[in-house]
Formats: sequence, C-alpha cells, structure tokens
Amino acid sequence: MAVSVNVSRFEGVTMAPPDPILGVSEAFRADTNDLKLNLGVGAYRTEELQPYVLNVVKKAEKLMLERGENKEYLPIEGLAAFNKVTAELLFGADNSVIQEGRVATIQGLSGTGSLRLAAAFIHRYFPDAKALISSPTWGNHKNIFNDARVPWSEYRYYDPRTVGLDFDGMVADIKAAPDGSFVLLHGCAHNPTGIDPTPEQWEKIADVIQEKNHIPFFDVAYQGFASGSLDADAYSVRLFVRRGFELLVAQSYSKNLGLYAERIGAINVVCSSSDAGTRVKSQLKRLARPMYSNPPVHGARIVANVVGDPNLFNEWKQEMELMAGRIKNVRQRLYENLSEKDKSGKDWSFVLKQIGMFSYTGLHKAQSDHMTDKWHIYMTKDGRISLAGLSLSKCEYLADAIIDSFHNVD
Amino acid sequence: MASQNPIAPSPAAGLYGGSVFANVVQAPEDPILGVTVAYNKDPSPVKVNLGVGAYRTEEGKPLVLNVVRRAEQLLVNDPSRVKEYLPITGLADFNKLSAKLIFGADSPAIQENRVATVQCLSGTGSLRVGGEFLARHYHERTIYIPQPTWGNHPKVFTLAGLSVKTYRYYDPTTRGLNFEGLLADLSAAPPGAIVLLHACAHNPTGVDPTLDQWEQIRLLMRSKGLLPFFDSAYQGFASGNLDADAQSVRMFVADGGECLTAQSYAKNMGLYGERVGALSIVCKSADVATRVESQLKLVIRPMYSNPPIHGASIVATILKDRELYHEWTIELKAMADRIINMRQQLFDALRARGTPGDWSHIIKQIGMFTFTGLNTEQVTFMTKEYHIYMTSDGRISMAGLSSKTVPHLTDAIHAAVTRMK
Repeated sequence: MAVSVNVSRFEGVTMAPPDPILGVSEAFRADTNDLKLNLGVGAYRTEELQPYVLNVVKKAEKLMLERGENKEYLPIEGLAAFNKVTAELLFGADNSVIQEGRVATIQGLSGTGSLRLAAAFIHRYFPDAKALISSPTWGNHKNIFNDARVPWSEYRYYDPRTVGLDFDGMVADIKAAPDGSFVLLHGCAHNPTGIDPTPEQWEKIADVIQEKNHIPFFDVAYQGFASGSLDADAYSVRLFVRRGFELLVAQSYSKNLGLYAERIGAINVVCSSSDAGTRVKSQLKRLARPMYSNPPVHGARIVANVVGDPNLFNEWKQEMELMAGRIKNVRQRLYENLSEKDKSGKDWSFVLKQIGMFSYTGLHKAQSDHMTDKWHIYMTKDGRISLAGLSLSKCEYLADAIIDSFHNVD
Repeated sequence: MASQNPIAPSPAAGLYGGSVFANVVQAPEDPILGVTVAYNKDPSPVKVNLGVGAYRTEEGKPLVLNVVRRAEQLLVNDPSRVKEYLPITGLADFNKLSAKLIFGADSPAIQENRVATVQCLSGTGSLRVGGEFLARHYHERTIYIPQPTWGNHPKVFTLAGLSVKTYRYYDPTTRGLNFEGLLADLSAAPPGAIVLLHACAHNPTGVDPTLDQWEQIRLLMRSKGLLPFFDSAYQGFASGNLDADAQSVRMFVADGGECLTAQSYAKNMGLYGERVGALSIVCKSADVATRVESQLKLVIRPMYSNPPIHGASIVATILKDRELYHEWTIELKAMADRIINMRQQLFDALRARGTPGDWSHIIKQIGMFTFTGLNTEQVTFMTKEYHIYMTSDGRISMAGLSSKTVPHLTDAIHAAVTRMK
C-alpha cells in the first residue's frame, strides 16, 4: 500500500541561519585566498596557527589507556573525582564553602551544558525570576536562556566611546532590575569585549547585588587562561564567596586545558548550608537525566588526572602560562603595529588593557564585513577578534586591515 | 511544560541566614540508576545487580570490547589528532556511518540524501533533540509511548515540550504483546501523531512484535499519517545480527515515508559512559533534510554547543575499517549469545525447581531485559531477603546474570512467588 503522504511533514521547516560564531569557521574553510585569517571562534592556536593539544593532556590520555579503565555509565552528576577537583580549583581547596560541604557540583557538557542546566534549574525553581546579561555578551547566552524559558534583560557593559567598561551604566541597570534577579557575570576575560571590572569595581558590583538580593551567576570559561594564573583568574568568584553570597558558577575546560571537543565543565552552586547543597544537587540531577542521562567520561578523567597529580598539575600551569603569554605578546605586537601605522592619533591602547582570548575592536558590522570581504579576515560581526588565532607574523596585516576598515567604512 | 514546584525567590538571598534555595526539596533517586546506588551500599556478599542495563561478563565484570580498546589505541597514539570543537552536528564520518548501519548501506533514503543525521549524547540525547525539534516544527505535539516503556521516556519528551500519551503494549496475562490493544490505540490516535517504537528488544518487557505484526503496524501508521520515532538502543545486541535487529526500521524507510530514529552505541559497542549516539530524520526530499538539519543545530547549540568527540571517533574508526568492523560483529554476537544462554539457564532452573507459573516468557522475550511478571511487593521481598537488585516493575537485566548467580536468583524468585502473591 502506497504511503498516503506525498508531501513532507517538514515542508514548512525553514532554513536556519548559520550560527554567528561557529558559522564563521565554516565560511573561513570555504575561502581559498592565501591571506585568509580565522579570528572567529575562540580556539587557541600556536604561533604556527595550528591547533594545540596540551602535553599534559597527551600524558593523561596515555596513562588512562595503560590503566585500561572501563566505560561504565557515570552517575548522573558525573565523575566524583572530577567534581571534587573542579570545585577545589575554582574556590580553593581550603575555602570554607568546600570544607563545609556547601557546594553542589555537577559535571556538565562544558560551559554551554553547565549554563543550560543552571538555566533549567532557574526556570523550574525561580519561575518569576529573570536573568540579567551584559550588553554585549557571548552570543549563545541568550539562546540558552531562551530555550530554557528564562526571561532576560541586559545591563549596560561596553562603552564604545572609551572601548572600556560602562561601569555606572552597569551598576544602574543591575540596581533597576527586580529584586532576586540572576546576574550573569563573566568571571574573567569577558567575552566578547575582553574588558573586566577592576577589584574595586567588583566590590561595588557585589554591593549593588547584595542590596537587591540578586543571585550572582558566574560564567568561568577562562580560569588560568586570562592572566596565566588560576588563582588570579578566580579572584572575582572568590570575592563574592568571601562576602557570603549564595551563587552559581559554570566552568569550562575547553580553553584552559584545550579540551574543546571533549565537552567538559561543571555547574557549581554555593549554598548557605550543606543540606541546601544536597537538595540543589538532587534537583540538578533531575534536570540532567531527561537531557542526556549522564555526562561523557573521557574529558572528566583527563581533568581529574591532570589536576589530581602534582607533577601534571604543575606542568599544566606552565603550559597555561605559555598560552596566556603568547596571547599577551600578540596583543603587544598588534598594539605597536596599530599605533605605528595609524596616523590619525586614535588611541589603540584598549588592545593592551583588554584581557583574554578576545578583543573588541570597536568595529561595527559593516566594518567587520569589510574585514572579511576585502581582507579575508574572519571574525564575528560584533567586531570581536580572537587573538588566540593570531600569530606575531600576521599582526601587521591585521593592523592594516583594522585601520582601513575603521577609517574607510561607515 | 508544567512548573511542578512553583517556588518564589526567598526574600533574603542567603546573606542574613535564610537561603535562596530554602524551597528546593530533595528529589528522589532516579528509579533505574538509583538501583545501582542502593546495590553499592549493600554489604552482602551474595548481592546481585540486575538493575541497570549494562552488560556484564560471566565473571560479573564490566566489559570493554577488544575492538574498542584497539580503536582507542589508534586514536590516542595518532600524533595528528586534535581536540578542536566538532561541528554542531558532530563528527561527519560518524554520522554517515551510523545512518548506514541502521538504514542499510543501500538504503534509497541515504542514496537520495534524504536523511539528516546529527551526533547526539547516546540514546537519551538523540531522543531529547528529536523531541525538541518536533515540539518546535511539527504540527502534532502529542507522542504516544508504549505501556510500559523505559522510565526516562516520558520525562525526556515532556521536557522537550511534547504531550505524552500511551498505547497498550504489554499483556500481563500472556506476558507477551497486546497486539489488539496496540492496533486499537494507534487507530484512535489523532492523524499525524508521533508514535515511539522500540526498534527491537523492547525495554523493559523484551517483547517484540513479529515481522508480520510490524507490517500491520506500518500499514496502520501510514494510513493514519502517524509519525514513527524509533528508539534503537540494541541493534545487533538483541539477536546478535545487526541487520535482523534493524528490520523494523528498514521496513518503514522502504515504503518511502518519513521517520525519526534515535541510535545508541552504549550497549552494542559497550560505550556507555562515552555517550555516543545519533538522531536521524528521514525526510521526503534532500531539500527538506537540509533545512531540517539546520534547525536541529538551533536545538543543539543552546543545549551543549557541539557533541563530545571521543566516543564518536571510536565508533567511526571501527565502522569504517573492514577488519575492525568484522571483529566487532563477532564480539557483539558473543554478548548477545551469552544473554540468550542466561535466559535458557534461568528458565531451566525455575522449571527444575518447580516454581509455580509459566516461565517460558523468559526464553521468548528478547534483548537485555526480562519482564518477570513479579509485582512490587515480590521485588521488595527479593531485595530485602535475597539482596537481588532490580527495578520495581519486575524488570531484570539478564546482562547482569551469570551461571554462578542463576541459582541464587532462582531461589529468590521461587521464594517470592511461593511466599508472596
């Protein structure tokens, strides 16, 4: 008997636009020009512009292979050894929240997956609350809250006039939001701007959050990768913890351990009691189970092995310093090239002041398009470039392109 | 999606003694995974874990297939291997090979590029992504699931945004298929409704339709425009033959119609913790498939951005190499055969014991699980007195049984049946 439906049930499905960030790499791959440069997605590249697998990761994988461990399901909350070391890395092993068992930690699918679990938790247990996100922020934050059905609004963050932080705007908007909002904060190396608050500014941000009974929600994707120091990059989170806040922190090991495709991260919820932590953990599990049942084991074991072994841990810190160092060098060279070549007197020092993998160039969409169309430089339309994809040898070319796009495109 | 526990934010955000999370209650343990939690806590030397469906060897140990170890060696020792983000849709080779595995390499749907395949997090992830896609893009938002079904199915689909109804499936009096009830319920479903079908080795009952029955189900579903959504978690693991276990799916694809298929490599490649699976949507045309794929990416990106590489690389390495593939089929058949052997042993032991009742369903049912027909009280009794861990619906995982533990299980069932009704 012939099938009665001749038209597809999915005929009305429209073509979705390419992802604004991941789609950049697709476009880059399609470009055949020799001069092309991929400054789109934030994946670290060596000076030779090759992907980089950390030596400690290779060592850990070999160890794991030798041990011949099994591939049984992890518990819903993930690998216990991983959960332990990830919380210790973030808060400090001697932190009272850890000593008192007040942190609920669930292994998540890198930063995205951890944010999504947290957003689903917010939707279920705080259905009247909204999320506050910086303007701008990582493009996928909005998608995550949308799909989790958590309403959101923006707080001012980036000031195009100074190419710096609009601190007064930020504080005012956080203050104006309804009490009990979840304030999404970038722990360090703000994506996409690279602009972080100073320690004094963090204290004031904490003041207004406290005043409004908001809940801090940190996205920590670059611990150790921003400054080169794990502890320094955890400063903001630890400040809030010290001040007694209950808070959420999503972590990712994509960049700092180069484990991008292994999808390893965690959601941590700091609670005022260990009892609350236990309950919160149980509800996070209840959200993970119908999403993917339990998380992938491979990346978790790598992290647990690296962080858990003193030699590997030290070696990791050194490799991380090298990666962060290379990016700082590239910033320096780019700044020098821009300052030398641009005769307009424009202040390019924001390149040095910004921190982390990304730089917000201040170029708008048309100018960013020009970077691609004329110069074959691939970046996101918001003017963000990934310095991790830049080599010293390409700084001059990039400087020329930025100067041209900035001055000659309206 | 109901807000099951409407909680208002606590006025004091934790700084003055109260907690933001004061109203968050302790969730119960997951009923299936919670069985292992309870098992682990039990100090008894005679305890047996027949809860979660993970294969065990005759020695009661987890098994990593030789072919998986070999593939892993190749991967880890390959100096050119990197850990860059996969595309949102996952590893391309893995997707193509997975589609071929389930639909057959010569499938017209594949030849005609009508299949959108995306790598997902094992079976669960594939079901969830498929469910979310349907909730957004399909006109009928009701999914019919068999009664009973895997405990996680209703939660997955509800959170995906679908409304869940059931169709009759298991007949407790025959311990077999309630075929009349199944046909009646699907006939009564609104045209276009989504129907979840277990491709083979139904979980938890182990009761599968015959090929004739599948054909009747197909005809009925196509006449009503019902949309099939296959859950294929045991391909090759049920009968020992990959093609035989895919027949139900291929029957539907052969008629040119559309369907969804969630594949898992947890059991058949023993890759449980690596979370490897794929969602395929067979469409009427290549153009539709392209558009569907683009929309699947919008579901995936805000959930976890892109899938994990390790398990998918292992699968791709094995499927694309003739020798590794062949070795896999042998190891797969050995696992399936051991389970079939356990079924026979348990059946023989119960008969020899003279345990009241007809236990032939143990050898008629197929796959990892047996729906014993034991009730909740009997199960509780078996756990308490005999340290047998199983789900309260009477399901036992044959994969967790060995020749050594069959006698103890027989004793437990015998006691439960004779002492408790």
